[in-house]
Amino acid sequence: MDLKDKLVSSFLAFENKVDVDSYVHDVRTDAIKVFEEKGFPSKKEEAWKYTSLNKILKEDYSVFPKQENALEYKDVKKYFIHDIDTYKIIFIDGKYSSHLSETTHDGIDVCLMSAALTKPKYRLIIENYFNKAATKESLASLNTAFSSEGAYIHIPKNKIADKPIQILHFSTGNESATLLQPRNLIVAEENSHVQIIERHQNLTDNPVLTNSVTEIFAKKRAIVDYYKIQNDTAKASLIDNTFIKQQRESVASVHTFAFGGKLTRNNLNFYQEGERIDSILKGVTILGDKEHVDHNTLVHHIEPNCESHQDYKGVFGDNATGVFNGKIIVEKEAQKTNAFQSNNNILISDKASINTKPQLEIFADDVKCSHGCTIGQLDESALFYMQSRGIPKKEAKALLMYAFCNNVLSSVKIPEVKYRINKIIANKLGVDIGFNL
Amino acid sequence: MLKIKDLHASVEDKSILKGINLEVKPGEVHAIMGPNGSGKSTLSSVIAGKEEYEVTKGSIEFDGEDIDELAAEERAHKGIFLSFQYPVEIPGVSVTNFMKTAINESRKAKGLEEMPAKDMLKLIREKSELLEIDRKFLSRSLNEGFSGGEKKRNEIFQMAMLEPKLAILDETDSGLDIDALRIVANGVNKLKSQDNAVVVITHYQRLLDYIVPDYVHVLHNGKIVKSGTKELAHELEEKGYDWIKEEVNA
Repeated sequence: MDLKDKLVSSFLAFENKVDVDSYVHDVRTDAIKVFEEKGFPSKKEEAWKYTSLNKILKEDYSVFPKQENALEYKDVKKYFIHDIDTYKIIFIDGKYSSHLSETTHDGIDVCLMSAALTKPKYRLIIENYFNKAATKESLASLNTAFSSEGAYIHIPKNKIADKPIQILHFSTGNESATLLQPRNLIVAEENSHVQIIERHQNLTDNPVLTNSVTEIFAKKRAIVDYYKIQNDTAKASLIDNTFIKQQRESVASVHTFAFGGKLTRNNLNFYQEGERIDSILKGVTILGDKEHVDHNTLVHHIEPNCESHQDYKGVFGDNATGVFNGKIIVEKEAQKTNAFQSNNNILISDKASINTKPQLEIFADDVKCSHGCTIGQLDESALFYMQSRGIPKKEAKALLMYAFCNNVLSSVKIPEVKYRINKIIANKLGVDIGFNL
Repeated sequence: MLKIKDLHASVEDKSILKGINLEVKPGEVHAIMGPNGSGKSTLSSVIAGKEEYEVTKGSIEFDGEDIDELAAEERAHKGIFLSFQYPVEIPGVSVTNFMKTAINESRKAKGLEEMPAKDMLKLIREKSELLEIDRKFLSRSLNEGFSGGEKKRNEIFQMAMLEPKLAILDETDSGLDIDALRIVANGVNKLKSQDNAVVVITHYQRLLDYIVPDYVHVLHNGKIVKSGTKELAHELEEKGYDWIKEEVNA
């Protein structure tokens, strides 16, 4: 049985475990129909031209992973941003791990989707927001059909989350292959502020496929900063579907740090539903081996006087492949839009490749839209210059690559996150220098 | 300190240096002059270890060791410094952090601990004052958007930070106005001691009024065709290079 059939038939088993008389279940039932109809995307679709799921879909995934193996904090501490106080929503094999987590209901809600989906006090928010940003694209629909667990974050009006929130997913399963489908909902009410850090980590040698959906609502004047740290093993694949709806004067930023994993697809979608909104999409990709990353972004400018800023840097070595597909839609009403997009890449091996494609659909006539993409190599004369000052070639290369990514890194607002990213980059580039530029 | 014997070098199979002999001892200042295309910059690149240049014959010894097989950074660790004719712009790396990395990598190579941040800042302050460099300048990206004069001053600042045994100044005077020239030359002179040496590569005699050479060599067509004292530089300034070419051809 192929994975699609397996999933569709598993839905019946899934229904035995959840409350079928709920708003959410109606949404799930619609979603499984969409998935059944559309199936997994193939390379024939324009948006999937350079990313094939064929290989990873061949694994015999366990759709409902078994209960968690115990993890000790000391063993997984290195995957946390552990040098600052944070809230933590931690999952092991898709199940909530209470002993690794630190949630709250004190003023803000930092807790579990499973609780939000079942407890009456969250009903109104679920009915107002659940699946209201996600599209009917097949992978997002698949996630919706099986949505039962993930992070639920609600920041009420005028509240500031007093510390950053970490969402971590660990895989420890002994099964031959595991499919995880976390579902996150984040609602930042008017004039609130929240910072979130997300990471997926495979701790086994078995394949893991994560098909995640995160819906974020940034209400009037809310500020949401989201950091995705993707540095998983060669057996782990991630399809990240993130949908962000913004209301007037809100600022939402997503930083995506793609440093590893077999296949990573980032579907990042911003919808601007008010005036004077700022959307910020930043990415640093540093890949080697046979790793593949596909950044597929959408910024939908619907109202006037809004801005969007996209800046993605990529460094590709060995046989790594990358894709950047950045779509900007400016509706007729969205006059005075400022939309910027830039994608710069360095290829450090003859076998690495990047496909970069800006897609601009502009229906308004008084807008500023710019886009640019570059593909280059490391500057040999700069390397010799640095070597002549005593910096060995390997370190000189690393420094140049780091400097290349630096303007994206400099916009990270949590210093400890930046410090950790710097460490991962140094590790990835095999050098021991403190990139403190 | 530096002993070059019958050095032949080529780039992309084009022979550029055709038998150079040069010996530089501690405490000496040598000037290498010559018309454009005579091989001056190639000589400095070959000494510093640029990979594109292949030594086809002869040898370069530094402190009694053949350095031909050493990487550029290893030569730097031994105390060779090249001030570039065209310093390279490195966006995203500040002057301060570039110097920190360079100094700490040299220390690492010598088995020393990293320099404590406090000492580093003190050293940077001291050496930037010597070159009359504004503090704000140090946090800018290396050479990016610097004027010609700023770039050259920055080269000598780096030299002051690294304290090399042998400094090769490749056309350091080009692009400098008279005030900048004085600051740069003053910096070099202050760093000069009985234990280190300077090789000044220049097209014009102007810089040599400030950095006074013990020996002057004329490079032509990949060979040193004439050597003398500082008076030779004055003669070249007055008469140009044509008489040397004629002398060689005759």
